[in-house]
This record gives sequence, C-alpha cells and structure tokens, in this order.
Amino acid sequence: MSDVIPGADAGTLAAADLAAADLAAADLAVDLAGPTDAGDAPGWQRTLSDLAAFLRRRLTGDYEIDDFGYDQDFAETLMLPPLRWLFEKWFRVQTIGIENVPLDGGALLVANHSGTIAVDAAMAAVAVHDEHPQRRPLRILGADFVFNTPVLGPLARKAGHTLACTADAERLLTAGELVAVFPEGFKGVGKPFSQRYKLQRFGRGGFVSAALRTGAPIVPVSIVGAEEIYPLIGDIKPLARALGLPYFPVTPTFPWLGPLGAIPLPSKWLIEFGEPIPTDGYPEGAAEDPMVVFNLTDRVRETIQQTLYRLLLRRGHPFLG
Amino acid sequence: MMARTSERTTARSGRTVLVTGVSRFLGSSLAGRLAAVPEVDRVIGVDATLPDDAARRRLGEAEFVRVDIRNPLIGKVIEGAGVTCVVHASASIAPVAAAVRTMTKEMNVLGTMQLLAACQRTASVDAVVVRSTSAVYGGSPKDPAVFTEDTAPRAAPPTGPARDAADIEGYVRSFARRRPDVRVAVPRLAEIIGPTVRTPLTRYFSLTPAVPVPLGYDPRVQFVHEQDAVDLLEHLTLGTFAGPLNVAGDGVMTLHQAIRRAGRVALPLPMPAMDAVSTALKMARVGGFSTQQLRLLASGPVLDTTRLRTVAGFTCRYTTRQAFDDFARTIAPALSPAAVRRAEVWATGLLGVRPEQDTDPRLTGVRDPVPVTSRGDGELVEP
Repeated sequence: MSDVIPGADAGTLAAADLAAADLAAADLAVDLAGPTDAGDAPGWQRTLSDLAAFLRRRLTGDYEIDDFGYDQDFAETLMLPPLRWLFEKWFRVQTIGIENVPLDGGALLVANHSGTIAVDAAMAAVAVHDEHPQRRPLRILGADFVFNTPVLGPLARKAGHTLACTADAERLLTAGELVAVFPEGFKGVGKPFSQRYKLQRFGRGGFVSAALRTGAPIVPVSIVGAEEIYPLIGDIKPLARALGLPYFPVTPTFPWLGPLGAIPLPSKWLIEFGEPIPTDGYPEGAAEDPMVVFNLTDRVRETIQQTLYRLLLRRGHPFLG
Repeated sequence: MMARTSERTTARSGRTVLVTGVSRFLGSSLAGRLAAVPEVDRVIGVDATLPDDAARRRLGEAEFVRVDIRNPLIGKVIEGAGVTCVVHASASIAPVAAAVRTMTKEMNVLGTMQLLAACQRTASVDAVVVRSTSAVYGGSPKDPAVFTEDTAPRAAPPTGPARDAADIEGYVRSFARRRPDVRVAVPRLAEIIGPTVRTPLTRYFSLTPAVPVPLGYDPRVQFVHEQDAVDLLEHLTLGTFAGPLNVAGDGVMTLHQAIRRAGRVALPLPMPAMDAVSTALKMARVGGFSTQQLRLLASGPVLDTTRLRTVAGFTCRYTTRQAFDDFARTIAPALSPAAVRRAEVWATGLLGVRPEQDTDPRLTGVRDPVPVTSRGDGELVEP
C-alpha cells in the first residue's frame, strides 16, 4: 500500500536502466560504494574490477532475476549505494531490534508510513539489508501506481518489490521472503505535518490474513524521522487530479524552491523492529474470521503507535537527535 | 482419403488423432511425433495450405488432408475417420503481420468455433486439446506479478490477438459444458522460441544491431522451447490431464536482458515512435516487427507452472533462459560476450587492475571445446 522509491533517486537511477547509460551511472555508484564495499583486496582496485565485471554482466545479459523481477546484481550495485548514503550520512538512521527479524523463512514486516514521498520504505529496505546478519532483501508491497509508472515501475521490480495484493504477498511469504507492507498507504504517506506520528486507518487487514494463511510471523516496524523530511503543509488538489497523483504536496521548500525543494530535510531517524507476533497458533480458517483479523490488526497498530511515542521521546530534537 | 479410412478402421480400432495447422512447426512436429507412437493408430494432419518440404519431413508417417477448418468439411473428416482426439495446434497463433489481422482473427476464432462444432457432433471424439496462450491473462499493472491458472485477470484483454485467445477459451469452455464426456485440455503457452521456429518475436530479436524497446519499461518475459512445446502437446494428447494449464520454461528474463543475451543493444523509444519504426522497417523490408506483438510482450504475465509439474506431470527440459539462448545462438550477435569480455580485460588492463574471473558459460562454450592449454588468445587467460 505504498510507493517504493523516492522520486529523486528514481530520477538519478532512471538512466541506469539503459544499457548505454550503465557506464555513467555506475561511476556514481563507485564513488558512493567505495567505503562500504572495501572488503579483502586493495579497496579501489577491487571496486574497479567489480565495476568492470558488473558492466560486462549487464551488457551480455548474464544475470538472474526471480519471478517478480528482483535483480539482485542491479539492486545491490546501483540502487543500494545511493540509498545507503542517505541512510548513513543524511538521515543517520539508527536501527533497533534487528534481531527480531527472522534469520530465515518468511516474515511480514508491518510499518508506519509517512514523509510525503515513500523514502521510509527505501530506508527500511536498507536497514534490513545492511544491518541483518543474513543481508536479506526486503520485498515491499507497493501501490499499483508505482508499477504503472514508466522508469519507476521497472526499477521497483528490479529492487524486488511488487504490487500490494494478496496473491503476491502470499507467494512471497510462502517462498520464505521478508515482505514489508505499509497498511496506511497514501493516507499515511500523504498526511499533513500536523498529524505527524498519528497512525492512520490500517486498511482492511488484508496483510493480517496473508500472514495467517501462510503462518508467517508479523514484525511491527516503527519508523521515526520520515515525518520531518518533507513537512506537508498543503495539498493542491486540482493539480493532483490533473497529474493523476494521489496528492500534490506543498512543503516549506516545495514547489517554491523548484528542484531544491526536492531535497529532503536531514532529520534524525530511528527504525525499531518489534518483537515478532506469531500467526501459526491459530485454528484452521482463522484468516477468514474477521474477529481474529481485526484483533491482530489492532494489536499490530497499537504496538507500532506505542513504539512511535517511545522512540520520539528517545530521539529528542527532530534534526539533531 | 475416404478410401484409406475404411482400410484402416477395419484393420484396428484404436486412437485416431487429428492435428490442425500442420503447415506450421508445432502442428507438423506433433503430428509426426504422434504417428510414431504405438498406441496411436492413425494421425491426420489438416491445414488450409500445403506444408512445405520441411514441414512435410516433420509430418513423417502422419497423413495430410488439405481442408480449411473454417469449412464444414472438417466435420466430415472428423466423423469419417472416427477421430478420438482433436489437437487444435493452430489456435491462437501469432499474426504474421498487422495487415493480415482480420485474416488471423477469422482463422483463429471462427476456425475454432467450426472445429468445436464438428467435435460436438462426433460421438467418437473423447479428447480435445486446444492450444492457447499466456496472453489470455492480459497483464495490467493491477494484476498480481505471477498468474496461476485460477487467477482471474482484472481486465479482459480489450483487442487484438489476446482478445481472440480469450474468446477462443470461452468457446472451448462452453464446448466442455455441452460435452462433459470429452476431456478438454487447454495449454496456455508462453512465447515459443527455439532454433527452428520463426515468429514475429524471433524476427524482432533478430533486428540488428539495435532492437527498439518501449522507453521506461522493462517487462518480464518467459519462453517455452519449441521442443518442449511439442513434447507437452504430445503428453497432453496421450495423457489424462483436463483443464487449463500454464506452460513456460522455468525462470524469467526481462526484455532488455533477452536483447542483450541475443548480442544486441536495446534502443529505448517512446511507444508512438515504435509504430513509425515498425512501419519504416517494413517499408525497407528489413523484416520488421509488429508493435502489437511487442505490446503483448510488454504486458506479458509471468506464469506459475506448479500445475504443469505436479498435476500434469510434465517438466520442461529448457528453462526460459536456455530456450532463449538456444534461439540466440542461431543469429549472429552484434556484440558478442567474447567481445565484451575482451573490452573488460582491456579496460581493466589500462587501469592496472586484475579483471574479475568470468563465469559466463557462453564464453567458455564459444572459446573452445578443447581444454585449457590450447587457448588461442592469451587475453582470455584467467589471472
């Protein structure tokens, strides 16, 4: 129920999709990947030969994708590095409780959604990939609008994300993947700044049914910091309708400063992964029992809301942390 | 034809299979294959046009009857020969060009209706296999990423070959309702590819050096190898499976990836420009491609083939990628993996770093069938 990749990053990465532009975009990746990718061999040499091999694999089509279009080679080489820079340097994200994300097998991560543009989804993906001992990819369920959009749609697929629908969620969970869902959807990501950290309605509990049917545990994820990156103070509804967007954001910097307004404010972020809520102890047919589904939905929602309040106290100043 | 019928029926009463579309690869290969199976007494291949020499060779022992399935004469053929199984291998075939669109529709939809009508009247028919296509799923962005046989698409395909395929399946379903005693199997095949078949899609991938692709999209694609397609139809003809069935090689590729594996460069163009390019190529007689076919591919759904393996008991020998590579080796690459590898070794050499070891099996295949020592060019020697 959320879109996946922040517009700004999608823009820089768009060109990368085209074979001809692989070169230029990959240069960018090297600069950014430099410090983190330094492994065993002499750093820069290793990076250069990795890059040359990456380019060769792209040009000759020598890479694997899964049924959903997840292209690990592409995602880890081109998409993660710029996001990682945002994660580490810009938002200084602090991850708490990563041990609550299972080492293997399927799990459904349920998170709050905010920030006008779904940067929080991308940061959650970086958090799980980089902080988790198994470096697991996070498969995010996004709005159909994402997969309908040129450039953004294919990029989201390459990053491993898919449409928020029961069929895809259950297929991924059954395959033992980590699936993330933002049940607030546009109501959460596009809410005014005055409503910050107040959870919106949690859809119809479809995500709980999917978890119940597959027996995957639900991990509540609370994200603090995304609310301040683009404080939404207005919504130009006619313009949104004309452009076919769910809302047209007005922030203190956008659209007044033009492209500069697209730079997110450098708030301090905390991401907490809560204790998993098991879903395998329920009797057969619990997924079709609205009472069970509503109760579980409320429990997840309550957990996230309480954690948000706690994290806000812990963070202190929104920008200095 | 009739004379031979009486000869044979007196000799032995067993299975008689009728295969449509035997002037084409799938029909002719299947008919030839079935003719060699002992349990099958007789195979009749029909088509409106005469099969060429290659198709005739593939037909082998099978008989050929020149009859248009849109003509009620087809009913007489089925009844006269006492056909027990009808394989409609020419249903939902890809149009050769946009100009013959009405013709294709006529052949596909009306031909299928006529054929099914004949089957319904003939008591001896106990099995019908109708080839369908993955295009029936449409594939809108609101649909799930992977389709099982039971996934209902959000929107029925509005026009074109996909719509025809959906219509054909509709007629097949009503036929199955009217003749519940007949086993009806409807394999939904992903795009067929291989070294022998020539389809609009193989012509598209053969464009060189650049292949136009829709700008901003990189759809997932799946293929089924031509031999697997023939094997599967044989399996369904002789087996007991009934109902719709997804058929695709394991795995998925993207359109860009396929183009690169074919040794070509993707040229992203906005969709309206694609029409112009398509027309220009047609006028220049450089093969060309149909934008409609490309749109179909771009919206192409990915098939879940669990039922194929578990219920129908069939495993494709080629994965999607192997099937595509088997086709790709028949066309000369504009940019070969070996050339790219040489460029990599050269570039890393300039920078004074060691190139990463190359694990692409296509390179080792291209390089030499002989062991390590006889490597011709020193450049490719691993560090």
